[in-house]
Amino acid sequence: MSKVIADLLYSAEHEWIAGDGSGPVSIGITAVATDALGDIVYVDLPEVGDTVTAGETCGEVESTKSVSDLYAPVSGEVTETNADVVDNPELINSDPYGNGWLFKVAVTENGPLMSAEEYAAANGGEL
Amino acid sequence: MTENYTALYDQHKLAGASFTDFGGWQMPLKYKSELSEHHAVRTAAGLFDLSHMGEVWVTGPHAAAFLDYALVGKLSAVAVGKAKYSLICQQDGGIIDDLISYRRDDEKYLVVPNAGNAAVVAAELAERAANFNVTVNDVSAETSLIAVQGPNAEAILLTLVPADQHALVTELKYYAAVEVEINGQELLLARTGYTGEDGFEIYVPNEDAPGLWEALLETGTGQGLPAGLASRDSLRLEAGMPLYGNELSREGNPYAAGLGPVVSLAKESDFIGKTALAELKAAGTGSTTGRKLVGLKGLGRRAGRSHYPVLKDGNVVGEVTSGQPSPTLGYPIALAYVDVELSEPGTALDIDLRGKPEPFEVVALPFYKRSK
Repeated sequence: MSKVIADLLYSAEHEWIAGDGSGPVSIGITAVATDALGDIVYVDLPEVGDTVTAGETCGEVESTKSVSDLYAPVSGEVTETNADVVDNPELINSDPYGNGWLFKVAVTENGPLMSAEEYAAANGGEL
Repeated sequence: MTENYTALYDQHKLAGASFTDFGGWQMPLKYKSELSEHHAVRTAAGLFDLSHMGEVWVTGPHAAAFLDYALVGKLSAVAVGKAKYSLICQQDGGIIDDLISYRRDDEKYLVVPNAGNAAVVAAELAERAANFNVTVNDVSAETSLIAVQGPNAEAILLTLVPADQHALVTELKYYAAVEVEINGQELLLARTGYTGEDGFEIYVPNEDAPGLWEALLETGTGQGLPAGLASRDSLRLEAGMPLYGNELSREGNPYAAGLGPVVSLAKESDFIGKTALAELKAAGTGSTTGRKLVGLKGLGRRAGRSHYPVLKDGNVVGEVTSGQPSPTLGYPIALAYVDVELSEPGTALDIDLRGKPEPFEVVALPFYKRSK
């Protein structure tokens, strides 16, 4: 069963959001999503300075078998992107909640987000 | 659609497979990582459950003549013990399926259609047999098929074959089959496959499939087995092999698909589709007119996918039928039908990636060829 981490927030489109309210939040995609996608070979991220809008696409994740849109779970300005995952997309599979993070956003508004329990219940993940 | 399960479903579940529907069958897509399964087949070995494939025996005094009539190839010219890749076509030349036929003796062939087409092909063969002294017997439901593919396939298999029969395996040629004792049972062993590697396919009664699977797993431990359909698809694409439903269809024809040599117009006897296929060939289909199946190599990092348009100077000149990043080669590859005048290797084309043109180049097939 795919792992879901407590203390993170989640979107219906399988992004996780981490932050303590003191600065930009980190965003990645969940193990539920990476397990479904298969081995990820390419990721297209928004650029630093871009404004993303909750619920709208802001990039793409490409696996051996398919391409999926990446949705912004929050609105705000992109402050940092993870260059490591652009060079080594397999990090998203091997460490989705750690070194496989994707980008950071200075949040102006959250989209609809779920707790870890709610996300796991809806998607069959394991806390 | 009815869900079919192979005799190895429990083995796959235990091994942690994720499943996918393929031709109405619940088949293992991957066990852990499709990329590592792919690399394992190229460098060591992979074990595949292909029990969703069909098995149809054609037997009787007219077996050879019948297959000459029912298929586009000259099956009567196949030597006993050998196999031949062929097509079953409609009267208009459209492809009903691509299949392999093994000649087991003068009056006996095993025909192996694709999963989703097995029932259709068996019914079609039965209908075409009306004026021949043959029996068409579809044993797909009770037959499992296990493939061992990769450079270590022979060594793994030999561990389950008695020493006095080793030569039967080591001397078995590509596209040939032999009855051999495997894991204590007399089974049909074929040196065929769909991965571009050396390898074997073993036909086994359903009730004996789990035992054989586990024996192969045990003897192959540490060599990367088992492998799912995701890696099977990336392997076959690198090998430039067509997939029914992607490259081949009833709407297409052998000449556009680059399978002209499979069609034996020189056969003295009539066969279904002959008139239409002769006309398609005479018209230059796939050589001077229409579209032709080609290989495309990506110059960037992004892959084209099935049904994406192929562009030349912004105009649509073709369509991708299969495409993904090649794990072995490290760049995206695709099969696509393109206008014949743009089919020469070296031709620069774009694939429309969801609105953005990505540069590709026509290359000769296969993309990957193993060194012997």
